[in-house]
Amino acid sequence: MQKNKFSFQNIFEKYGIVFVLILMIVLMSIAKPSFRTMNNFLNILTQSSIYGILALGMTLVIISKGIDLSVGSILGLSAVIAASLGQSMTASNKYFPDMGELPIIIPVIAALLVGSLCGAINGGLIAFTGIPAFIATLGMTTIARGFAYIYTDGKPISTLTPAFKFIGQGKILGIPMPAVIYLIMIIITWVLLNNTRFGKRVYAVGGNINAAEVSGVNVKKMLFLIYTYMGLLAGISAVVSTGRMVSAQPGLAAGYELTAIASTTIGGTSHSGGIGTVWGAVVGALVLAVMRNGMTILGIHSYWQQIVEGLVIIIAVILDMRKNARKK
Amino acid sequence: MDNDNYLLRMVNIDKSFPGVQALKGVNLNVGYGEVHALVGENGAGKSTLMKCLIGIYSPNGGEIYFDGKKIENYTTAQALQMGISMIHQELSPILYRPIMENLWLGREPINKFGFVDHKQMYKQSLDVLKEIELDEDPRTLMANLTVAKMQMVEIAKAISYNAKLIIMDEPSSALTEHEEEQLFKIIRKLKESGTSVIYISHRLSEIISIADKVTVMRDGRDVGTENIENISLDQIITMMIGRTMDEMYPKLKVNIGEPILQVKNLSHRKYFKNVSFEVRRGEIFGIAGLIGAGRTEVIETIFGIRPKSEGEILINGKPVEINSPRDAIANRMGFLTEDRRATGIFSVLGVDVNMAIPNYDRFVTKFGFVNERAVSESCMKFVNEIQIKTPSLTQKIQNLSGGNQQKVLMARWLMTEPDILFLDEPTRGIDVGAKAEIYKLITMLAAEGKCIVMVSSELPEILGMSDRIMVMHEGRVTAILDNGPDITQEVIMRYATGTENDFKEEYRGIYAKE
Repeated sequence: MQKNKFSFQNIFEKYGIVFVLILMIVLMSIAKPSFRTMNNFLNILTQSSIYGILALGMTLVIISKGIDLSVGSILGLSAVIAASLGQSMTASNKYFPDMGELPIIIPVIAALLVGSLCGAINGGLIAFTGIPAFIATLGMTTIARGFAYIYTDGKPISTLTPAFKFIGQGKILGIPMPAVIYLIMIIITWVLLNNTRFGKRVYAVGGNINAAEVSGVNVKKMLFLIYTYMGLLAGISAVVSTGRMVSAQPGLAAGYELTAIASTTIGGTSHSGGIGTVWGAVVGALVLAVMRNGMTILGIHSYWQQIVEGLVIIIAVILDMRKNARKK
Repeated sequence: MDNDNYLLRMVNIDKSFPGVQALKGVNLNVGYGEVHALVGENGAGKSTLMKCLIGIYSPNGGEIYFDGKKIENYTTAQALQMGISMIHQELSPILYRPIMENLWLGREPINKFGFVDHKQMYKQSLDVLKEIELDEDPRTLMANLTVAKMQMVEIAKAISYNAKLIIMDEPSSALTEHEEEQLFKIIRKLKESGTSVIYISHRLSEIISIADKVTVMRDGRDVGTENIENISLDQIITMMIGRTMDEMYPKLKVNIGEPILQVKNLSHRKYFKNVSFEVRRGEIFGIAGLIGAGRTEVIETIFGIRPKSEGEILINGKPVEINSPRDAIANRMGFLTEDRRATGIFSVLGVDVNMAIPNYDRFVTKFGFVNERAVSESCMKFVNEIQIKTPSLTQKIQNLSGGNQQKVLMARWLMTEPDILFLDEPTRGIDVGAKAEIYKLITMLAAEGKCIVMVSSELPEILGMSDRIMVMHEGRVTAILDNGPDITQEVIMRYATGTENDFKEEYRGIYAKE
């Protein structure tokens, strides 16, 4: 039987990705003084918040042995709907010309509802028709994107209210709002996954779906809820994203699902189900953000950045699999 | 002993896994052109031994000699090259590719440009298929073959590797009688050409008719090797079981109370018809029958895993509607499933989560959060009470031995405080020590006044534990017997086979499931 003995190897295996993050930060700080400014750190946090929030939901999805390819599109659709309800009176091309300025809560709730609804459709399809998550969410990817283009007629929606701008660009106690919202969602998701029955059952569904069913877990309901939560987070992410740019356009966040999946995966969540943590998704998102930020500061061309990112994802998973293989 | 007399000599093989010693000094000698049967109860170590032989596991101790040479540290691929081939119990053909591609997988003939030479492949395939008299076009998809024919293809593959030794793990379990004869014909032909066969089977009667020698294994040791003409079926069984009933089954005297669970005319569209029985407080109710008799399906239907087509279930005299395991749990039922890996454990999750998963409802605070301390305390109580050997509560369950995994699953259901506990093959694949502990636990639960419904393919277990025994045959109940000295394996088998005189048949049933 295995003993839980203290060893550097164990520590490194468990927290290896944290060491990588720290190492990256230290090296960058030495190489470029402009990297280690407070402003830049807040900048990194803000940059990572949008796909970071998606990665939180993706963690639940992947622990349950699923995948959600549609989050980028859901984000886009939620964003244009929220933006259309959040335009200021001074907007030159108002989506609803006869409507006054609405309180910020209305577009926010609209985004969360649209996101949750799309997620619920994903979850419903997966739970009740039994089609693979890959297929259901692949379908949703183009459907949601299509609706976003129809809704906006392909045009961006801009000139939003100051309140909306505050969500994306404001600060509380010197911390940018997107980072604040990200932090809140980290805590909520962490508690949800670790301290509720729901969370325990997410692991059970991914760990062994048949055993979960026999143990009285309502597997269909679980799948439905997991994807709905993912959709909700896409809606939240949409609000943050719209606020940052003070506008939304229907092509927004294309490919963000991949960044979210990458963050989750780098953070050690296993695609074979049952294994994963919220902090892993956060660290994964930060690794990507620091890497992008650092490479930009170092003057590495964005084309090359993409290549490096791809390599990092693959290497992270190889290391993770080796770790699991050795334990067998 | 002279190495030259044997094709294979396995000497003093040891193999241990975390928590279990699976093989303890096992010896196995197989001569040239010999059909050597390997028998033993589930978990006796047959498969482990074979996996050591073909290079899936490497033994912790002992030596292996093959064809006069000592062999060690080899892979399965190297074993194949040396001439050791295994036909696994669970076939893994590539279903939607043709026979010939399955035959030559990994060593496809190529032409001078480096492309796969389909013509050559086809021709070679024809030759091999002819050798085993399988009349199929090599271009037929595997998916279109019967299981028996797929097995023939596997044998053809082994032959095409020029195997000197072919291991067959339960080759006949999926075959009809006619197909079985065909298989035996091939085995005899292999033997004539000097190829040796290790034949693993639970069907003792067929071993008598095909094997030259038999080695019996029990609890990770070899209990003996005999020439087949010098040994009877009964002697083989005694060697396999090897212990008296009393040591194994510590039955307590329990006062049986009123009926708790009543099942009336329960039917399933496909698996069984008109099943009626009742189980009383403190009673252990055994369900026996051959594979496919519908035993597991009956209790799965009661528990809401399968939909019933007809019938009624009453608990304490009141009819209940059970449409899902959730309903069953709400009605204070628990269900230990037959296949621990497939429907029991969450292998990558901790012992605590594995135990608590159906029970979180009772561990939540009024704000909806899980009270982790209460969970740990409750889990710890069971770990101590039923002596689960685990270094910690958060240990992944996959690192525990089979017996301890099973105890965790028992604890899972005990935590739900059930009145009715269904146990489907409760001791499958666990070692003898753990078995005895599980039996003790079951007995104690009955003494506490729970109803136990136990499905088992091991007749000694059914006879040793049950107060009453229901026997099923092809989806129908053929008997409900009060257990007693006059109830023997023979009696049960008569009902289980639905015949009176086909004595040999009955051994097929008892040991026909791995």
